[in-house]
Amino acid sequence: MMSQDLLRLGGREFRSRLIVGTGKYADHGTMQRAHEASGAEIVTVAVRRVNLDRTQDSLLNYIDEARFLLLPNTAGCYTAEDAIRYARLGREVGLSNWVKLEVIGDDKTLFPDTEGLVAATRVLVKEGFVVLPYTNDDVVVAKKLEDAGAAAVMPLGAPIGSGLGIRNPYNIRLILEAVRIPVIVDAGVGTASDAAIAMELGCDGVLMNTAIAGAKDPVLMATAMRHAVEAGRLAYLAGRIPKKLYATASSPLEGMIG
Amino acid sequence: MDLRVNGKVRAGREGLTVTGLLEDLQIHPQRVAVQLNGAILKREQFPEVVLKDGDTVEIITFMAGGMGEGGAA
Repeated sequence: MMSQDLLRLGGREFRSRLIVGTGKYADHGTMQRAHEASGAEIVTVAVRRVNLDRTQDSLLNYIDEARFLLLPNTAGCYTAEDAIRYARLGREVGLSNWVKLEVIGDDKTLFPDTEGLVAATRVLVKEGFVVLPYTNDDVVVAKKLEDAGAAAVMPLGAPIGSGLGIRNPYNIRLILEAVRIPVIVDAGVGTASDAAIAMELGCDGVLMNTAIAGAKDPVLMATAMRHAVEAGRLAYLAGRIPKKLYATASSPLEGMIG
Repeated sequence: MDLRVNGKVRAGREGLTVTGLLEDLQIHPQRVAVQLNGAILKREQFPEVVLKDGDTVEIITFMAGGMGEGGAA
Protein backbone atom coordinates (compact mmCIF):
# COMPACT_ATOMS: atom_id res chain seq x y z
CA MET A 1 0.00 0.00 0.00
CA MET A 2 2.86 2.36 0.80
CA SER A 3 3.97 2.10 -2.80
CA GLN A 4 0.84 4.02 -3.85
CA ASP A 5 0.85 6.42 -0.96
CA LEU A 6 2.90 9.15 -2.58
CA LEU A 7 3.67 12.64 -1.38
CA ARG A 8 2.41 15.03 -4.05
CA LEU A 9 4.33 18.26 -3.83
CA GLY A 10 4.91 21.02 -6.35
CA GLY A 11 3.63 18.93 -9.24
CA ARG A 12 5.95 16.02 -8.43
CA GLU A 13 5.53 12.75 -6.56
CA PHE A 14 7.80 11.37 -3.85
CA ARG A 15 7.84 7.99 -2.14
CA SER A 16 9.51 9.39 0.96
CA ARG A 17 7.79 11.84 3.27
CA LEU A 18 11.02 12.73 5.03
CA ILE A 19 13.02 15.78 3.91
CA VAL A 20 16.52 16.18 5.33
CA GLY A 21 19.14 18.91 5.59
CA THR A 22 22.85 19.03 4.86
CA GLY A 23 24.00 21.20 7.79
CA LYS A 24 25.93 20.40 10.95
CA TYR A 25 27.39 17.04 9.95
CA ALA A 26 30.89 16.20 11.17
CA ASP A 27 31.89 15.50 7.56
CA HIS A 28 30.36 15.10 4.11
CA GLY A 29 30.83 11.30 4.17
CA THR A 30 28.67 10.93 7.27
CA MET A 31 26.07 13.20 5.70
CA GLN A 32 26.01 11.07 2.56
CA ARG A 33 25.49 7.86 4.55
CA ALA A 34 22.78 9.50 6.66
CA HIS A 35 20.97 10.72 3.54
CA GLU A 36 21.11 7.19 2.17
CA ALA A 37 19.76 5.71 5.41
CA SER A 38 16.95 8.27 5.67
CA GLY A 39 15.42 7.23 2.37
CA ALA A 40 14.75 10.91 1.70
CA GLU A 41 14.40 12.16 -1.85
CA ILE A 42 14.66 15.88 -1.10
CA VAL A 43 17.63 17.53 0.64
CA THR A 44 17.90 21.16 1.63
CA VAL A 45 20.99 23.25 0.90
CA ALA A 46 22.05 26.77 1.78
CA VAL A 47 22.87 29.42 -0.83
CA ARG A 48 26.29 30.88 -0.02
CA ARG A 49 29.46 32.39 -1.45
CA VAL A 50 31.87 29.98 -3.11
CA ASN A 51 34.85 29.48 -0.84
CA LEU A 52 37.69 30.91 -2.93
CA ASP A 53 40.52 29.48 -0.85
CA ARG A 54 39.40 25.95 -1.69
CA THR A 55 40.04 24.38 1.67
CA GLN A 56 36.61 22.76 1.60
CA ASP A 57 35.47 19.88 -0.52
CA SER A 58 32.34 20.77 -2.50
CA LEU A 59 29.09 19.61 -0.91
CA LEU A 60 27.70 18.74 -4.32
CA ASN A 61 30.25 15.94 -4.74
CA TYR A 62 28.37 14.13 -1.97
CA ILE A 63 24.81 14.44 -3.24
CA ASP A 64 23.67 12.30 -6.16
CA GLU A 65 21.36 14.63 -8.02
CA ALA A 66 19.80 11.75 -9.91
CA ARG A 67 18.41 10.54 -6.57
CA PHE A 68 17.92 13.70 -4.55
CA LEU A 69 16.10 16.89 -5.40
CA LEU A 70 18.19 19.81 -4.16
CA LEU A 71 16.01 22.27 -2.28
CA PRO A 72 17.80 25.59 -1.78
CA ASN A 73 16.78 27.48 1.33
CA THR A 74 16.91 31.14 2.22
CA ALA A 75 18.29 30.46 5.70
CA GLY A 76 19.89 33.49 7.30
CA CYS A 77 17.61 35.97 5.52
CA TYR A 78 15.86 38.48 7.76
CA THR A 79 13.87 40.43 5.17
CA ALA A 80 11.53 39.48 2.33
CA GLU A 81 13.86 41.33 -0.05
CA ASP A 82 16.90 39.27 0.98
CA ALA A 83 14.95 36.01 0.87
CA ILE A 84 13.73 36.81 -2.66
CA ARG A 85 17.31 37.56 -3.78
CA TYR A 86 18.59 34.29 -2.30
CA ALA A 87 15.75 32.36 -3.92
CA ARG A 88 16.66 33.84 -7.31
CA LEU A 89 20.36 33.05 -6.76
CA GLY A 90 19.46 29.51 -5.72
CA ARG A 91 17.47 29.08 -8.93
CA GLU A 92 20.47 30.15 -11.01
CA VAL A 93 22.77 27.74 -9.15
CA GLY A 94 20.46 24.75 -9.23
CA LEU A 95 18.42 25.44 -12.35
CA SER A 96 15.32 24.44 -10.43
CA ASN A 97 12.51 26.70 -9.30
CA TRP A 98 11.99 25.11 -5.89
CA VAL A 99 12.75 27.09 -2.75
CA LYS A 100 12.43 26.48 0.96
CA LEU A 101 11.53 29.98 1.96
CA GLU A 102 12.70 31.29 5.30
CA VAL A 103 12.32 34.87 6.48
CA ILE A 104 13.67 34.91 10.01
CA GLY A 105 12.25 37.46 12.44
CA ASP A 106 14.42 36.98 15.50
CA ASP A 107 17.90 35.52 15.91
CA LYS A 108 17.34 33.99 19.33
CA THR A 109 14.25 31.95 18.54
CA LEU A 110 14.67 31.85 14.74
CA PHE A 111 10.91 32.28 14.57
CA PRO A 112 9.69 33.40 11.16
CA ASP A 113 8.76 36.96 10.26
CA THR A 114 5.39 35.89 8.90
CA GLU A 115 4.61 39.28 7.38
CA GLY A 116 7.78 39.15 5.29
CA LEU A 117 7.18 35.48 4.57
CA VAL A 118 3.75 36.04 3.04
CA ALA A 119 5.05 39.00 1.02
CA ALA A 120 8.04 37.03 -0.31
CA THR A 121 5.82 34.03 -1.12
CA ARG A 122 3.55 36.23 -3.21
CA VAL A 123 6.47 37.65 -5.24
CA LEU A 124 8.21 34.30 -5.78
CA VAL A 125 5.02 32.46 -6.79
CA LYS A 126 4.47 35.14 -9.47
CA GLU A 127 8.00 34.42 -10.71
CA GLY A 128 7.16 30.74 -11.10
CA PHE A 129 8.78 29.37 -7.97
CA VAL A 130 7.53 26.32 -6.07
CA VAL A 131 7.52 27.97 -2.66
CA LEU A 132 7.77 25.89 0.52
CA PRO A 133 7.60 28.39 3.39
CA TYR A 134 8.88 27.74 6.90
CA THR A 135 6.21 29.26 9.14
CA ASN A 136 4.95 29.17 12.69
CA ASP A 137 2.07 26.96 13.80
CA ASP A 138 -0.51 29.67 13.12
CA VAL A 139 -3.57 28.71 11.10
CA VAL A 140 -4.23 32.29 9.96
CA VAL A 141 -0.73 32.62 8.49
CA ALA A 142 -1.05 29.15 6.94
CA LYS A 143 -4.19 30.25 5.10
CA LYS A 144 -2.49 33.45 3.94
CA LEU A 145 0.41 31.40 2.57
CA GLU A 146 -2.02 29.10 0.76
CA ASP A 147 -3.80 32.12 -0.71
CA ALA A 148 -0.42 33.53 -1.79
CA GLY A 149 0.18 30.37 -3.82
CA ALA A 150 2.57 28.38 -1.61
CA ALA A 151 3.02 24.74 -2.68
CA ALA A 152 2.90 23.62 0.97
CA VAL A 153 2.97 25.10 4.43
CA MET A 154 5.76 24.08 6.74
CA PRO A 155 4.90 24.94 10.34
CA LEU A 156 7.50 24.51 13.04
CA GLY A 157 6.89 21.93 15.75
CA ALA A 158 9.25 23.84 18.04
CA PRO A 159 12.16 26.26 17.48
CA ILE A 160 14.79 25.25 14.91
CA GLY A 161 17.39 22.92 16.43
CA SER A 162 15.60 22.80 19.80
CA GLY A 163 14.59 19.14 19.65
CA LEU A 164 11.51 19.95 21.73
CA GLY A 165 9.16 18.00 19.48
CA ILE A 166 5.62 18.91 18.44
CA ARG A 167 4.81 21.49 21.14
CA ASN A 168 1.33 22.28 19.99
CA PRO A 169 -0.27 19.37 18.15
CA TYR A 170 -3.66 21.09 18.30
CA ASN A 171 -2.38 24.04 16.28
CA ILE A 172 -0.93 21.63 13.71
CA ARG A 173 -4.35 19.95 13.53
CA LEU A 174 -6.05 23.29 12.97
CA ILE A 175 -3.70 23.96 10.06
CA LEU A 176 -4.36 20.49 8.63
CA GLU A 177 -8.08 21.19 8.68
CA ALA A 178 -7.79 24.68 7.23
CA VAL A 179 -5.59 24.25 4.16
CA ARG A 180 -5.74 22.01 1.12
CA ILE A 181 -2.02 22.16 0.30
CA PRO A 182 0.43 19.70 1.94
CA VAL A 183 1.45 20.40 5.54
CA ILE A 184 5.05 19.50 6.38
CA VAL A 185 6.38 19.92 9.90
CA ASP A 186 9.64 21.84 9.62
CA ALA A 187 11.84 22.18 12.69
CA GLY A 188 11.64 21.08 16.30
CA VAL A 189 11.87 17.31 15.88
CA GLY A 190 14.31 15.77 18.37
CA THR A 191 13.80 12.06 18.11
CA ALA A 192 11.84 9.39 16.28
CA SER A 193 8.62 9.67 18.31
CA ASP A 194 8.37 13.38 17.43
CA ALA A 195 8.41 12.54 13.73
CA ALA A 196 5.85 9.77 14.28
CA ILE A 197 3.55 12.17 16.16
CA ALA A 198 3.70 14.68 13.29
CA MET A 199 2.73 11.98 10.83
CA GLU A 200 0.02 10.51 13.10
CA LEU A 201 -1.59 13.95 13.19
CA GLY A 202 -1.98 13.67 9.44
CA CYS A 203 0.90 15.80 8.27
CA ASP A 204 2.11 15.09 4.75
CA GLY A 205 5.78 15.06 5.66
CA VAL A 206 8.51 16.09 8.08
CA LEU A 207 11.63 18.15 7.44
CA MET A 208 14.58 17.87 9.80
CA ASN A 209 18.28 18.50 9.99
CA THR A 210 19.73 18.81 13.50
CA ALA A 211 17.84 15.80 14.90
CA ILE A 212 19.81 13.59 12.51
CA ALA A 213 23.07 15.51 12.04
CA GLY A 214 23.44 16.23 15.76
CA ALA A 215 22.71 12.68 16.98
CA LYS A 216 25.62 10.65 18.35
CA ASP A 217 25.16 8.27 15.43
CA PRO A 218 23.59 10.27 12.58
CA VAL A 219 23.29 7.29 10.24
CA LEU A 220 21.43 5.24 12.84
CA MET A 221 19.16 8.20 13.69
CA ALA A 222 18.42 8.69 9.98
CA THR A 223 17.29 5.06 9.85
CA ALA A 224 15.12 5.62 12.95
CA MET A 225 13.55 8.71 11.35
CA ARG A 226 12.77 6.84 8.16
CA HIS A 227 10.93 4.16 10.16
CA ALA A 228 9.22 6.77 12.38
CA VAL A 229 7.85 8.73 9.43
CA GLU A 230 6.64 5.54 7.76
CA ALA A 231 5.12 4.17 10.99
CA GLY A 232 3.39 7.46 11.78
CA ARG A 233 1.99 7.66 8.28
CA LEU A 234 0.71 4.08 8.38
CA ALA A 235 -0.90 4.65 11.78
CA TYR A 236 -2.60 7.77 10.44
CA LEU A 237 -3.94 5.89 7.43
CA ALA A 238 -4.97 2.93 9.58
CA GLY A 239 -7.03 5.15 11.90
CA ARG A 240 -6.24 4.91 15.59
CA ILE A 241 -8.70 3.77 18.24
CA PRO A 242 -10.39 6.45 20.32
CA LYS A 243 -8.86 7.24 23.71
CA LYS A 244 -10.98 6.06 26.64
CA LEU A 245 -10.60 6.38 30.39
CA TYR A 246 -11.46 2.78 31.35
CA ALA A 247 -10.33 -0.62 30.19
CA THR A 248 -12.07 -2.58 27.47
CA ALA A 249 -11.25 -6.30 27.50
CA SER A 250 -9.74 -7.57 24.29
CA SER A 251 -10.35 -11.25 25.12
CA PRO A 252 -13.88 -12.70 25.19
CA LEU A 253 -15.36 -13.56 28.59
CA GLU A 254 -17.27 -16.42 26.98
CA GLY A 255 -15.65 -19.83 27.36
CA MET A 256 -13.89 -19.11 30.61
CA ILE A 257 -13.61 -21.99 33.07
CA GLY A 258 -16.52 -21.76 35.45
CA MET B 1 41.88 46.89 -12.69
CA ASP B 2 40.60 45.95 -9.28
CA LEU B 3 37.56 43.76 -8.68
CA ARG B 4 35.89 42.84 -5.45
CA VAL B 5 35.16 39.11 -5.62
CA ASN B 6 33.26 37.50 -2.74
CA GLY B 7 34.33 40.33 -0.48
CA LYS B 8 38.04 40.28 -1.39
CA VAL B 9 39.93 42.64 -3.70
CA ARG B 10 41.42 40.88 -6.70
CA ALA B 11 43.32 42.19 -9.70
CA GLY B 12 41.81 41.47 -13.10
CA ARG B 13 43.15 41.98 -16.61
CA GLU B 14 41.42 44.30 -19.09
CA GLY B 15 38.71 42.58 -21.09
CA LEU B 16 38.17 39.84 -18.51
CA THR B 17 34.74 38.23 -18.86
CA VAL B 18 32.77 36.47 -16.13
CA THR B 19 33.65 33.16 -17.77
CA GLY B 20 37.32 34.21 -17.74
CA LEU B 21 37.16 35.08 -14.07
CA LEU B 22 35.58 31.71 -13.22
CA GLU B 23 38.32 29.96 -15.25
CA ASP B 24 41.04 31.93 -13.39
CA LEU B 25 39.47 30.84 -10.10
CA GLN B 26 39.09 27.25 -11.36
CA ILE B 27 35.36 27.32 -10.68
CA HIS B 28 33.09 25.22 -12.85
CA PRO B 29 30.29 27.47 -14.13
CA GLN B 30 27.74 24.67 -13.97
CA ARG B 31 26.97 24.98 -10.27
CA VAL B 32 27.32 28.67 -9.52
CA ALA B 33 25.28 31.83 -9.75
CA VAL B 34 26.96 35.17 -10.34
CA GLN B 35 25.77 38.50 -9.07
CA LEU B 36 27.43 41.55 -10.60
CA ASN B 37 26.99 44.86 -8.79
CA GLY B 38 23.80 43.55 -7.22
CA ALA B 39 22.24 42.13 -10.40
CA ILE B 40 21.97 38.38 -10.94
CA LEU B 41 23.40 37.25 -14.29
CA LYS B 42 21.98 34.45 -16.40
CA ARG B 43 24.43 31.65 -17.11
CA GLU B 44 24.37 32.40 -20.85
CA GLN B 45 25.60 35.93 -20.09
CA PHE B 46 28.84 34.69 -18.46
CA PRO B 47 30.90 34.64 -21.71
CA GLU B 48 29.61 38.04 -22.85
CA VAL B 49 29.80 40.22 -19.77
CA VAL B 50 33.11 42.09 -19.56
CA LEU B 51 34.16 43.16 -16.07
CA LYS B 52 35.14 46.74 -15.28
CA ASP B 53 37.35 48.34 -12.67
CA GLY B 54 35.53 48.53 -9.34
CA ASP B 55 33.00 45.82 -10.14
CA THR B 56 31.63 43.83 -7.22
CA VAL B 57 31.20 40.16 -8.06
CA GLU B 58 29.53 37.55 -5.88
CA ILE B 59 29.99 33.92 -6.86
CA ILE B 60 27.36 31.79 -5.17
CA THR B 61 26.85 28.05 -4.82
CA PHE B 62 25.11 25.49 -2.60
CA MET B 63 26.68 24.84 0.79
CA ALA B 64 25.77 22.63 3.71
CA GLY B 65 22.80 23.98 5.63
CA GLY B 66 19.44 22.81 6.80
CA MET B 67 17.62 25.76 8.21
CA GLY B 68 18.04 28.89 10.21
CA GLU B 69 21.79 29.20 9.99
CA GLY B 70 23.10 32.73 9.70
CA GLY B 71 26.04 33.95 7.69
CA ALA B 72 24.17 35.28 4.68
CA ALA B 73 26.53 36.66 2.06
